[in-house]
Amino acid sequence: MSKKTVVTILILLAICVGLALFALWSNQGSEFGGADGAAEEAVMQIDPDYTPWAESLIELPGGETESLLFCLQAGIGALVIGFGFGYLVARKKYSKKDAE
Amino acid sequence: MGWTKNERRLLAASVAFSLCLCLCGTADAMHIMEGYLPVGHCLAWGAVCIPFLAWGLISIRRIVARQRKAVLLLAMMGAYAFVLSALKLPSVSGSSSHPTGTGLGAVLFGAPVMAVLGIIVLLFQAILLAHGGLTTLGANTFSMAIAGPFVSWGVYALLKKCKVNQVVSIGIACALGDLFTYVVTAVQLGVAHPSPVGGVGASIAEFMGIFAVTQIPLAVIEGILSAVVYMLLQSFAKPELREIGMLQESRKVAGGAVK
Repeated sequence: MSKKTVVTILILLAICVGLALFALWSNQGSEFGGADGAAEEAVMQIDPDYTPWAESLIELPGGETESLLFCLQAGIGALVIGFGFGYLVARKKYSKKDAE
Repeated sequence: MGWTKNERRLLAASVAFSLCLCLCGTADAMHIMEGYLPVGHCLAWGAVCIPFLAWGLISIRRIVARQRKAVLLLAMMGAYAFVLSALKLPSVSGSSSHPTGTGLGAVLFGAPVMAVLGIIVLLFQAILLAHGGLTTLGANTFSMAIAGPFVSWGVYALLKKCKVNQVVSIGIACALGDLFTYVVTAVQLGVAHPSPVGGVGASIAEFMGIFAVTQIPLAVIEGILSAVVYMLLQSFAKPELREIGMLQESRKVAGGAVK
């Protein structure tokens, strides 16, 4: 990977972090509730007689368990991506004639 | 590209089944929350998804059979969608939502594949995380795993025709696919819950304000991340990318690319 690519990638990642930070900074005091929760409220406003006719199979006991499962999801994904890149990077590094 | 008899049969059967379900459904025909769509809508959206899932399964089988090298990349694309849809990011609108991560896989492997990978993510979230829902699975699959990826796929094809830089096109394609997913979500909710004052249009506008506006900065983030991942793949996964035809143009007909 050329130096230029590395720098470009770092700058791009910094922009992503910047966007998230800007969102946090520009809405101080907001709790950043989920957009799906906001949509639930909107449904109730538009259609006050509507009753949701199904419940989630599992009612999670609280925020902690939910964050555990979300971490698990991200962790599983990151594991596979990390394995893939590990394989690809090592292959490139150790292959005698450059795979290119 | 030739379709085998069995593949054609499977596709035809799924289309027929889907049409039947659509007709049976009541006439009015980020993830939508469990229980928040009427039964008819749930069935109809689910039915629409079936042919795409069949198409996706066929494409995946072909990739596994003919492009063995690329299977690792395919798994990584599924994992990418898994990771990104677990990241609930804050947005400028003051609420949170998550990117979809389905655009990159659609650009690399074609949109149908993402219908299958996307529904796996949605099932995980609906069953274990109480996020989204089983009754709304069809609608969510349509928005996140079908509509979004097809937009990404199309936008990428268009930009490629216009000879836009490949990494830039992937970024734009993924960002627009992500945004479109939530536009579709807003439309789905708007159609299901027409406002008593302004009708379907007013409702769609309302939900658009909730989902699509929140999503704009997140779509930009997803576009950038997807471009970064593709840059890394360009450095380390040249043989795989060549196999799935992503590097053809820059290599001046290198041969070995699977047509």
